[in-house]
Amino acid sequence: MEERYVRNLGALTEEECALLQRKTIFVAGCGGLGGYIIEMLLRIGVGKIVAADADVFEASNLNRQLLSEVPLLGARKAKIAAARAKRVNPVIEFIPVEEFLDATNAAQLISGCDVVMDALDNIASRKVLAHACSEANIPMVHGAICGWTAQAAISMPGDGLMDILYPEHIVLGSKSSLSFSPPFCAAMQVALCVKLLCGRDIEPGKVYYADLLDMEFEPLF
Amino acid sequence: MVEVRLFSGFRKGRNKITVLPVAEFPTVDHILRRMEIPAEEVSILLINGFHSQKDDPLKSGDVVSLFPAVGGG
Repeated sequence: MEERYVRNLGALTEEECALLQRKTIFVAGCGGLGGYIIEMLLRIGVGKIVAADADVFEASNLNRQLLSEVPLLGARKAKIAAARAKRVNPVIEFIPVEEFLDATNAAQLISGCDVVMDALDNIASRKVLAHACSEANIPMVHGAICGWTAQAAISMPGDGLMDILYPEHIVLGSKSSLSFSPPFCAAMQVALCVKLLCGRDIEPGKVYYADLLDMEFEPLF
Repeated sequence: MVEVRLFSGFRKGRNKITVLPVAEFPTVDHILRRMEIPAEEVSILLINGFHSQKDDPLKSGDVVSLFPAVGGG
């Protein structure tokens, strides 16, 4: 085993580490959630990461997005993620995709991936992604944040979880997000992803909900 | 009486837990109007832990949980 993965052992078996290194993960979004998800996947060690985002960094990203830096304002998020990947773990194949995910490209983008990570920032795109995952029979690890709150869940193909969480005509109350909400949510998502890939005990459809203001952590259902 | 539990952003300016007389609040819709929570902001509505609709009838002892949509990234 490579020295860089030695501290994985104990919490993961050598076989699980080897298994992760054969997996391909699609990360939809390289912003608040995506930046931290990519970082954690790079460090735990997967085989390949495909990360999509057409956006560029803006000053309003600096309060929470790991990959954003003052000198990088205006730079493409996917490109910066790829540069970071090369510095953190060059062994992992990293494919940046400078495209927004939509109904025309979703199926092609996620094709061949073992797990899809939802690091999107809007409901419409999440529903497109969930639909594409269902069609391609790929599990999706959902994550979302708002203010002090984070939620994460494994959504299996066809379970309709996004339609349950986001009923038609739903309106988001606030766009605020604090520096600690994305890494907290990303940690839940990557832990769920690793459990899923390693065949550990999981409860698909269960939504884990964390309120960091009142320090309450509970499954919604 | 019905116990209403609010979560996340719904707690801003409101109590975490409120107990209301079922006679005056026979459905969640009545509760939402009283608490000035827009129905379109409710993502998850649970009655005694089960997914429910805002028009479902309430009975004494029910626990209503209301979660706003969490959708950022």
